[in-house]
Parts: sequence; C-alpha cells; structure tokens
Amino acid sequence: MTTTAPTTTGVPRARSRRRVKPTLALGLVLLVPFVLAALAPRLLAPYSPTDFDYSAILQAPSAKHPFGTDNFGRDVLSRVIHGTRVDMQIAVFTTLFPFVFGSLLGALTGFVGRWADAVVGRVADLVVVFPFLVLVIAIVAVLGPGLTNMYIAVSAVGWVAYWRLVRGEVVAHKQTEYAQAARVLGFSPTRVLLRHILPNAITPAIVYLMTDMSLGILLGASLGYLGLGAQPPTPEWGVMVADGKNFMVTAWWISGFPGLALTLAGVTFSLIGDGLADALRPRS
Amino acid sequence: MTAVEGDALLDVRGLTKTFPAPQGLVDRWRGKPRKVVRALTDVDLTVRRGETLGIVGESGCGKSTLARCLVRLYPADRGSVRYAGEDVLSLGGDELRRYHRRVQMIFQDPFSSLNPRMTVGQVLREVLTVHRLRPREGMDARVTELLSLVGLPAEAAGRLPHEFSGGQRQRIGIARALALEPECIVADELVSALDVSVQAQVVNLLLELQEKLGLTVLFVAHDLRLVRHLSHRVAVMYLGRVVEVAPTNVLFERPAHPYTRALLAAAPHLDPAHRVDAPALSGELPSPLDVPSGCPFRTRCPHAFDRCVTERPELLDVGAGQQVACHLFDPAASAGGR
Amino acid sequence: MSAAESVLRVRDLDVRIPTPRGELHAVRGVNFDLRPGEVLGLVGESGSGKSVTLRALLGLHRKPVRVTGEVTYGGHNLVGMPERKLRDVRGAQISMIFQEPMTALNPVLTIGEQIRENLREHRGVTGRAALARATELLDLVGIPSAATRLADYPHQFSGGMRQRAMIAIALASEPRVLLADEPTTALDVTIQDQILRLLLRLREQLGMSVVLVTHDLGVVAQTCDRVAVMYAGRLVETAGVTDLFRQPRHAYTLGLLRSLPDAGAHRRPLRPITGSPPDLRDAPRGCAFFPRCAFGTDACLGAEPPLVPLSGERATACVHHAQLPAVGEVLV
Ligand SMILES: Nc1ncnc2c1ncn2[C@@H]1O[C@H](COP(=O)(O)OP(=O)(O)OP(=O)(O)O)[C@@H](O)[C@H]1O
Ligand SMILES: Nc1ncnc2c1ncn2[C@@H]1O[C@H](COP(=O)(O)OP(=O)(O)OP(=O)(O)O)[C@@H](O)[C@H]1O
Ligand code: SF4
Ligand SMILES: [Mg+2]
Ligand SMILES: [Mg+2]
Repeated sequence: MTTTAPTTTGVPRARSRRRVKPTLALGLVLLVPFVLAALAPRLLAPYSPTDFDYSAILQAPSAKHPFGTDNFGRDVLSRVIHGTRVDMQIAVFTTLFPFVFGSLLGALTGFVGRWADAVVGRVADLVVVFPFLVLVIAIVAVLGPGLTNMYIAVSAVGWVAYWRLVRGEVVAHKQTEYAQAARVLGFSPTRVLLRHILPNAITPAIVYLMTDMSLGILLGASLGYLGLGAQPPTPEWGVMVADGKNFMVTAWWISGFPGLALTLAGVTFSLIGDGLADALRPRS
Repeated sequence: MTAVEGDALLDVRGLTKTFPAPQGLVDRWRGKPRKVVRALTDVDLTVRRGETLGIVGESGCGKSTLARCLVRLYPADRGSVRYAGEDVLSLGGDELRRYHRRVQMIFQDPFSSLNPRMTVGQVLREVLTVHRLRPREGMDARVTELLSLVGLPAEAAGRLPHEFSGGQRQRIGIARALALEPECIVADELVSALDVSVQAQVVNLLLELQEKLGLTVLFVAHDLRLVRHLSHRVAVMYLGRVVEVAPTNVLFERPAHPYTRALLAAAPHLDPAHRVDAPALSGELPSPLDVPSGCPFRTRCPHAFDRCVTERPELLDVGAGQQVACHLFDPAASAGGR
Repeated sequence: MSAAESVLRVRDLDVRIPTPRGELHAVRGVNFDLRPGEVLGLVGESGSGKSVTLRALLGLHRKPVRVTGEVTYGGHNLVGMPERKLRDVRGAQISMIFQEPMTALNPVLTIGEQIRENLREHRGVTGRAALARATELLDLVGIPSAATRLADYPHQFSGGMRQRAMIAIALASEPRVLLADEPTTALDVTIQDQILRLLLRLREQLGMSVVLVTHDLGVVAQTCDRVAVMYAGRLVETAGVTDLFRQPRHAYTLGLLRSLPDAGAHRRPLRPITGSPPDLRDAPRGCAFFPRCAFGTDACLGAEPPLVPLSGERATACVHHAQLPAVGEVLV
C-alpha cells in the first residue's frame, strides 16, 4: 500500500486538474469535419452527389474535382461528403440500441443474478455460437436488404457484447466494499445499482462503444459492398468502394477516397475510445 | 447454555453460514457432491449495550463473515440474531432500513469502501437524504458537523476519496456510518491497513466517539495489542467457531483455551529481552472445507486426547465471565485434564 | 565498525523515480553495513522507501528509475554493474523473498522444479542429487512429507507453506545474504511466528546475514539483532535492538513506540504521531520529520541532519537526541 503523502496537516490542497489526454483531444479534433459533413453536406459539397455528368467521366483528381469523378461523372468528393451522414448514422444506429439494451440487461442480470442471469446467459451463448457477420447476413437476407433491416440485424446480435461486459463489471463491483457499504447504509437495491454500481461498471462499455462505432461503419460498408446495406445510388462509403472495384487500376480514386474516409473515421473513434478510457477511469 | 448477564444488545445463537466451494468442471461432470466452506458453525455470542467486544482469530476463521451476517450483508443458513429483542434475520424492507439506522458497519479497506466517483459531501448528503434525516436547508450544516466530528475540515466535503490519505479515508467511512446516528457499530479491521502512527489517530477517534455517543462497538481485528487496549471483552474464533469469550484482562492474563494460549504466545512481544525459541504452535490452519471432527483445534492442539476427536466441545462457563469450548475445561469430564 | 567486516556495504544510496508529477526522491543517501550472520531490521512506515532500498541493493530497478551510490559486495560495486555480471550475484549470493509469495512463485511449475532450477542455475547440481537436495531444503523449511510435496504446484500450498517454499527456493543457492521484504505481513501470527523462528534457525545453521524489512515493531523486537529506522527515504536511526526499544535516540522512533498501546492504560487515548509523511517530490527543509515532531526547534531547520554515530554502535539523525525522554511505558 502506498499513500501519496499529503501536506503536513489536514487535507491535501490543490485538487490537481485532470488534463485532457492527447489521444482524446486528437480524436475530438478529427471528429469535427465528420460532424460538419454529416450536419451540412450541402454547404460543403461542391456538386450534387447523385447527378450524372457524362462530360466528366473517370477524371483524375484535379482542382475542379479534388477527389476526381467516377464512371458516371459524379464528383467523388461530394459523394464522400454526403456519405458521411449515412455512415455516421450507421455508426450510431448499429451501436446505440445494442449499447443501451445490452448494458441495461447486463446491469440487471449481473445485479439480480440467479435465474435471470442464467436465462440471458443461455440466450447469449446461442447468439455467439454463430460468427457475427454470418448471423447478421443471414438475418438481413431473411428481412431483405436495406439500412433499417441492417440495424435490426446488428442489434439482434450486437447487444451480447455489451451484456457480457456490463454484467461482468456489475458482478465484480457488487462485491466491492463501497457497494456493500451502500447496502448496509440502508439504500434501496435500485439506488445501489443505478447510483453506485452502474456509474463505475459502465466505463468499459462506453469505451467499447467507440470501438464498436468504427466496427459498425466497417460492417455497414461491408454489407453495402455486398449489396445488403445501403442501396445505390445512396452515397455510402462501403457502396462507393464496391462501385469502384472494377476501376481499381485505372481510376483508384473512386474507391480510394471513400476507403480513406472509412479508415479515418475508424481511427477517430478508436482515439476517442482510448482517450475516454483514460478520462473515465476514477483516480486512485 | 449460559445465562446472559448485563443488558444484551445483540444476541447471536447458533449462527451458521456456509459458502458453496468453487468446483472444477471435471468434478462437476463426475457428479461429485459440491463441498461447502464452513465459514461459521453454531456461533453463540452476546454483545452488551455500550461495550466494545473484540473479535480475534486467524485469517479465514469467519470474523468478517460474522460481521457481515450481523448487518445482513450475507444471509445466514441457520441460527438467530436478536437486536434488542427483535429478530434481525427476518427483517425486510423498511424494518431492515430501520435496523441499519441502528447498526452500522465500517469496512476494512479505506481504498475500496468509498465510491471513487462521489465527493465526501455527496456521500454524506446521500445518507441524510435517503433516510430523511435532515431537511435540505440543514444538510450542509450537518455535513460540516459530521466532518468535524471525525476531525476533518469542512472543505473536505468537496473532495473525492483519492485525494485523502488512508487514515483520512477511514475517518470518512466513520463519518458516513455516524450520519445515521447508530447505536452499534461493527468495525471490521478498521485500522488494519494503516500505519501504527495513523492507527493511533483512528483508535483515539473511536474511543472519543464512543464516549460521546455511547456507541456499542464490535471490534473485529487481528492485532491483539489493539484489541486488548480497546475491548471490554474478547471473543476468540477458530475455524468458524467461537472457542473462548472472556473479559479482556481475564483473557490476556489467564487464557484458557489452548488455541488462545498459542495465539497470545505467537504475537510478537515488544520487549527484545522477552524472546522465546520454540514456535507457539506448529502445523497450519486446516481448510474450512474439511473441518476436523470433534474439536476443530485438535489437529494442532498440544493437549488433544481421544475425546477431542469424537466429541465437539461446547462453549461452557468457567467462572469470572469466561466461556471456553474445550474438553479440558469440562467439569463433567472424567478423561483428560491439564 | 570497520567496513572490512561487513558482507554488504551500502554508501550514499540514492534512488530517484520519475513520476508524472515530478521526480520522486524515494531513497536519499542511505548508508549501512550488514555484518556476517546478523539480522538487520529495516523499519519505517508505508512509503518510507524500504522496498525501494531493498530492490536497489540487488539492482532490480529498471530505467527510468535512477540508482546511484555504492553497494559493495565481495569487493565489487553492484550499482551500475552490467546485468550479466549481476546475475551471478543475484539469486546465487544474495537472495530475496517477497511479501506476496503467490506473485513471486511461478504458477505453472511445481515447487520441486522451481527449487531444482535454482540448484542447477547457481550450484550446478542436477539429476538425482538435485532431487535429494530439493527434498532436503523443503524439509529444512518445515514442510511435512517433503518428498511428495515437491510435485505440488504453488496453488496447492497454503499461504504459510508458499512462504516456506519461497524461502526454500531462495536458500537453494546457499546465499550469504537473504533480503526479506515483509515476508510475514500477509500471514497469521501463528504462522508468522513459525516463519520467523525458521529464519532465525536457518541464519544460525547456514551463517547467512538477513535484511528483514517490516513495519511491525514486535517482529523487530523478536527477530532482529540490529535495527535501521527509515523515514522519508533516509535512515534516521540505527541501533542494537535492545537499545532501540529501551531508549530511542530519534524523535520519530520514539513517536512510533509511543503510539503503540501500553499495558496499563486500557482504553486510554493513544499518542499518535500527528500529520503524515512529507511528499518526496519536494526536498524537505531541514529534518524531514520536523513538521510532525514534538521536540523540533529552529535548530532542526538548517541542513538536513545527517546520521551521526553516538556511543556504542548507535547512530542517529536527530538534532535533539540527547533531550529525548524514555519511552517510559510497559511494552507488551
Ligand atoms: N463471499 C464468499 N464466498 C465464498 N467463500 C467466502 C466468502 N466470504 C468468505 N468466504 C470464506 O469463508 C471463510 C471465512 O472467511 P472470512 O472472510 O469471514 O474470514 P476472516 O476471519 O474475516 O479472515 P481475515 O482475517 O482474512 O479477514 C473463508 O474460508 C473464506 O474463504
Ligand atoms: N515503481 C514506482 N513508481 C513510482 N513510485 C514508486 C514506485 N515504487 C515505489 N514508489 C514510491 O516510492 C516511495 C517508497 O516506496 P516503497 O515501496 O519503498 O515503500 P515501503 O517503505 O516499502 O512501503 P510499504 O510499507 O508500503 O511497503 C513511495 O512513495 C512509493 O509510492
Ligand atoms: S478440546 Fe481437545 S483438542 Fe480441542 S482445544 Fe481442548 S484439548 Fe485441545
Ligand atoms: Mg476478514
Ligand atoms: Mg514495501
């Protein structure tokens, strides 16, 4: 045990401010263009994302078309910008429900234990015996392609990870002395769970949410690429990468720039996740 | 059974608590019966109003389990606990909450017994709010009052637990318990994690508060020197059982049970001139999964005889308020003897 | 005490640990000699630098921790010695045991394998001879039916047995010095008592010197020949064990002894040392104990008082050592 030495008497003085971690700061800075593009694509994009221009097909990046044009003469930059909204929406919608549902269920079953825990555990086992992507594809195949069905499919599978994470944390935190102290202080179980255990147990899930968002975008892109997600001509990065695959050698920019956007978004969320992990950890 | 003298505040009879032992998958498949950890077996104990009862014993002998059963953190398997005549083990809902207002616990670990995300003020205010102990206006004054009661400045209210030293956190734990104005405090290894110099500060605080508020204290600890200093009476536990209870001076000057004698002899004396060569006790504590038959101490006891294997000694009165669970002290016994 | 007699000679030992909030000067100019066959107690409160000192003796600190000074063993300075050469000393001539045996034992090797590994590495003993020696060692530390317990894994041992096994492993190389960092703090008193007696017996039989780190003054009184008291990274007093308990010559030692309960004062207030130790990131002004000291005067606030020899084999860093009262109570 090491006690950080306080000043000679009383309480240590200066409550040292927590500095924002460089990773978090960088992640947040990188997020800004994505947010702007998602909120106001029309203001940022120089052209329409869907209008064909047969006079300017497969043009290499130039001052007029910084990201070049595709095989229908559409401006790739404008499509990437408009795609941001769709992909950010995918990032949020593929993760929000699993996060909320999985975490709440995890908190509940971890806290109550017994049969509730056992039942949910069996269901979760059932879900995870299938590879994630295969299961999602199967569900989408049954429901039909499209973004809404993709959200449903991902939610049906994605909650398990959050359930696991939060349940494990809650079980662990239930044993801590502060949680037990809360019970002896006569607090109701609801209060012990929501006010004391959950704020401490939710951190890993929040951090995972960030990673999951980048995974969500990639998943949306993969499904788009397979033709099961966003449908053409919706500008979606995955679909765009797929559309450009035949021109990979002659016109790399058609797939290249949406691919870059995908990677950058992934890195951004990961950075934020990393930074949050640091920032949310209580100091000891 | 012995008659209860004095004013019994807490009366524990036959308290028994087991935990299922962890079992490997292979054993489970083979259908082996699941073993149990016998944490407490038929514990009888009386705590009198206003006294400090010390509870000592080796690691794993069930001290914390007893403390936790008393505050209803663990459900007991069997037995009864009466608090001022009321059956504690059957309390539920609001009754349990009222019980917790009267009987509070302070935890061992000053680093984990406080929610790392709540300031000291929030911690205290929450207790006052949940139990509706103060109207909103009186709240801040009461927080300050509680802090000063445990010797912390009012500005401590705005700080998080990690900003305090070990001894200060233990003070916060005490303030939190005192917020409920309890009559009885169960202190599980209150000062074990602290340095001697800081221990003394917290012990003084406890003494002072007890004086001021008339608290009854259950002082669970393994430091015999401190237990001797603080307690009016001491209970010695071994493998889930109480093997001896006596007034402090009697216990330390005339320990009866062979285990108590060994425990006292093993505690390192502060006088270098007072050295002994032979270890006080050989052998290790048996596993609580396999408690020996008869007397639990017989595997290490230098006086064990055949009756100790077959028959379990009861906790019997031997005069001067001393109770011992050892066949050597059974007046009815014909065999054995010291 | 002439330095030639000492097994281990420590001079001006300094350990600096960089932390996010500034450099922590954890050990500040420690000097002592370890004599052949003695048990030297190193006591002090949590964070005073006992473990850091011990680790520095064996060169266990890694960058960015900076260790300077001299640790002379067998005519060589261990500080700054290349890792390869250090390995011949570490484990072979100087062994170490830790507070938490479970973290120091390898969970996937049997106890026997771990003892034999040490025998092979440091004594070149292998095969049948190693097996026989391993059994002997386990027997020596008091583990019943040693031959069969050699095949056990650490998790099959109880806490006390693990600590014994640790000692057996440490002894396999027949070291001349044993560094023990709170070897009994995690154990029960009855087991602690067994382990300490074991250490004393082994010291006798093998003629080892032992440095015993502890914060339990009772353990010191019962086990050590000499005591070094550490405060805020410095040795503030060294003395023979009897002298130390009879008449401390440093206000901090006196404070420690006085803060313990005494026999005749049931439920009377104790006398704690007020305040808490200084932050070792800021160099203290004068004596590091001054802010908590009841005897301090302006004379204590000059340069930090050095450890000066007194009569006999004592030394103190207390300016007012001559004015300190006796402990004056019955110790139990
Ligand atoms: N929640 C639990 N689940 C399973 N076993 C438990 C639990 N709590 C305690 N035990 C077991 O019950 C026995 C008694 O433990 P307890 O913590 O009461 O001992 P203790 O006397 O407080 O020991 P220490 O001095 O180490 O704190 C031990 O064998 C322990 O492993
Ligand atoms: N690796 C490290 N990084 C940062 N600080 C450290 C490190 N190791 C030790 N310290 C600091 O160095 C100081 C001395 O620590 P050390 O472990 O030697 O104390 P100790 O006397 O052994 O205490 P204890 O009785 O708690 O074991 C403490 O302030 C501690 O926080
Ligand atoms: S009952 Fe027997 S074994 Fe138990 S303590 Fe007494 S003499 Fe020893
Ligand atoms: Mg305990
Ligand atoms: Mg240490």
